[in-house]
Amino acid sequence: MKVASYIKFLFVGIFFGIVLVKSEAVSWYRIYEMFRFQSIHMYGIIGTAIGSGILFLQISKRGHIKNLEGVEIYVPKKESGLFKNILGGSIFGLGWALIGACPGPMYILLGTGVFSMVIVIIASILGTFVYGLLKEKLPH
Amino acid sequence: MEFILDPWPWYISGPLITLVMALLLYFGKTFGMSSNLKTFCAIAGAGKYSDFFRFNWKDSLWNLTVVIGAIIGGYIATQFLSNASVTDLNPVTVQELSTMGFSNSGASLVPDELFSWKTVGSAKGLILLILGGFLVGFGTRYAGGCTSGHAIAGLSSLQKPSLIAVIGFFIGGLLMANFILPLLFKS
Repeated sequence: MKVASYIKFLFVGIFFGIVLVKSEAVSWYRIYEMFRFQSIHMYGIIGTAIGSGILFLQISKRGHIKNLEGVEIYVPKKESGLFKNILGGSIFGLGWALIGACPGPMYILLGTGVFSMVIVIIASILGTFVYGLLKEKLPH
Repeated sequence: MEFILDPWPWYISGPLITLVMALLLYFGKTFGMSSNLKTFCAIAGAGKYSDFFRFNWKDSLWNLTVVIGAIIGGYIATQFLSNASVTDLNPVTVQELSTMGFSNSGASLVPDELFSWKTVGSAKGLILLILGGFLVGFGTRYAGGCTSGHAIAGLSSLQKPSLIAVIGFFIGGLLMANFILPLLFKS
């Protein structure tokens, strides 16, 4: 890819960062509140995101809308596996509720000035690395 | 300008997140932030230890560019697009957190009780951040995605593995917020 073609991804990232800060989805407190069922806020965000996502994907499927590369828009199939999805998901959830940030907000929060997030990012890279080492030994 | 500077309502924010997913799909890519963690491993040479990290990470540079953008976006949003408004949390949440030792809930995006350098300087504070990050990084790769890849992109495309993973996210999250956090922050 040419350097110029990366600019659009930079702008998507900037937009993503702004939206997640302004929506308070990067707030540790909002995540806590969600897991305590004390507010509709995060459910509203995730719910409307999924709702409009379904709408977008159904329209593009029916309209055979193509991406920039000329291929019809599609989301690649996720690997199935009950163990990996439920166990991996639960482990992720434990961490998500503890630090209140998932792998997008981590970077965004760094940009907002939460520099101790670097520790979380390094630890999550380490977590991914350890998964890679243990992959063959884990139930999927 | 007030409507930009104030926090945005959820019914605006949700569809805007979908716009991010839609733009990436239009550019021929898939929304998935946790893949970057795997890319960082590959760049650092993790391929020497596991086949899992033996892939051409240059193909993932677009996603690292999104990461750089996200950091810049976080900076722009707090520096130029925000006012001093406090997160409008449920008063019950604020009360509950205060009994757990969290003060000024909602005044900032993250609590000092977890992220201030003073907290990080204590053994407990440091361990909690490392533990949380580790669980997120390990769990997301095990599950094959995170909030963006599974909850947004996966559920939008009606995929069953994503539904199971999101149920998992909630099992873990509910356990942490309802049972473990109260133990960790007992006053």
